[in-house]
Amino acid sequence: MEKKELAVAALRNGTVIDHIPSAVLFKAVKILGIESLETSVTIGNNLDSGKLGTKGIIKVADVFFPEATLNRIALIAPTAVVNIIRDYEVVEKFPVILPDTIVDIVTCGNPKCITNNEPMPSRFEVINRDEVTIRCHYCGRVVKSTDAVV
Amino acid sequence: MNQNSLVSISDIGRDEILRLLEMARRFEENPNRDTLAGKVVATLFFEPSTRTRLSFETAVNRLGGRVIGFSDAGTTSSSKGETLKDTIKMVSNYADLIIMRHYLEGAARYASEVTDTPVINAGDGANQHPSQTMLDLYSIYKTQGTLENLTITMVGDLKYGRTVHSLLMAMQYFNPVFRFVACDELAMPREYMDFCDKNGIRYSVHRDFSPEVINTSDIIYMTRVQRERFTDIMEYERVKDLYSLNNAMLADSRDNLRILHPLPRVNEIAQDVDDNPKAYYFEQARNGLYARQALICRALGIEA
Repeated sequence: MEKKELAVAALRNGTVIDHIPSAVLFKAVKILGIESLETSVTIGNNLDSGKLGTKGIIKVADVFFPEATLNRIALIAPTAVVNIIRDYEVVEKFPVILPDTIVDIVTCGNPKCITNNEPMPSRFEVINRDEVTIRCHYCGRVVKSTDAVV
Repeated sequence: MNQNSLVSISDIGRDEILRLLEMARRFEENPNRDTLAGKVVATLFFEPSTRTRLSFETAVNRLGGRVIGFSDAGTTSSSKGETLKDTIKMVSNYADLIIMRHYLEGAARYASEVTDTPVINAGDGANQHPSQTMLDLYSIYKTQGTLENLTITMVGDLKYGRTVHSLLMAMQYFNPVFRFVACDELAMPREYMDFCDKNGIRYSVHRDFSPEVINTSDIIYMTRVQRERFTDIMEYERVKDLYSLNNAMLADSRDNLRILHPLPRVNEIAQDVDDNPKAYYFEQARNGLYARQALICRALGIEA
């Protein structure tokens, strides 16, 4: 039994995304498009975390995401840390970084915004990095990342 | 994307504003020219707005250009489900400039991104209406001789009124003092007061449209308090007359004071103000022609 647990947890090659706040874990899964992957994926949630209370973790075997893709989750999980694993070793470790513009992730909360009425990607600009507030590039609606519809 | 598009007044800075005002002044001296000979301008009004459309079309016609377009989206392919992008791309094949009004917010920004033809926003929902702001600025500039160091009192619906928000943003370069006069329900939104704080712009907030406020203003910018903005109809009935202006209230006002209003006015300015030389709202509307002539030339890269 114990051996089996270890086999799931250890990753030979791939990407581990750690320190995701529990409440947004599945949003992060969705943003990264993990649902459509065919390699083994391990998702853990409500794990003990000194920093966050509880945290979520995503382990994806044999996939190395472009950094820009990983940074897409910074909006909802600014604490997330990425570990790149090669041959069971962590070869790289870095925090996700919030980009200046957020494209095609957040749905604008304004029903009269053009982005909700045309087949087009949404686009938000980060206007306050401390509070993580973003503004719709098109209609100007301002929203806090914690309230953003992803 | 064309760099000469104008979607929001914040797309242009201080120098550009002053250059456009100077251009508007020259157009006022001589509004009939053939600057736009051979040019075709499309006015795409996905939402009817007779006043704005006539003003833009007059501006083009007086400069010798030709106008194509529509004044109601019901007669176009958008009623068949065509996307805005497709309509804009189609019209871009025909016109040198697109002037558009749309009921959706952000529509003009998006249109400017899908075409290389310059786009002027003639209003997108409750969002931006930069040509209105230019005519407001021109009216202030003309009546005061400057945009610098003026005390501007904004009255009425400061919450939903896009004209007051855009004017506030545009005046940031000219060291204004603002007075915001409104009831709690229609108060100036926090983000605009934050904007003032951040940019060192002085302002004060008033519930009363008092003689002290009126008598120390250079500009009073009146707006319409609309019944449909209120969740509580009793509240509307209570405040609707608190923010209206009559001639007697102007007795001790400054000589240089001018009353502006984006129009249409209902009862927030009494009829007896109209004959006071300080009433400027009708001339203000005429200034829209010259301000729009300047904006059209800027969009087409024509020095006039």
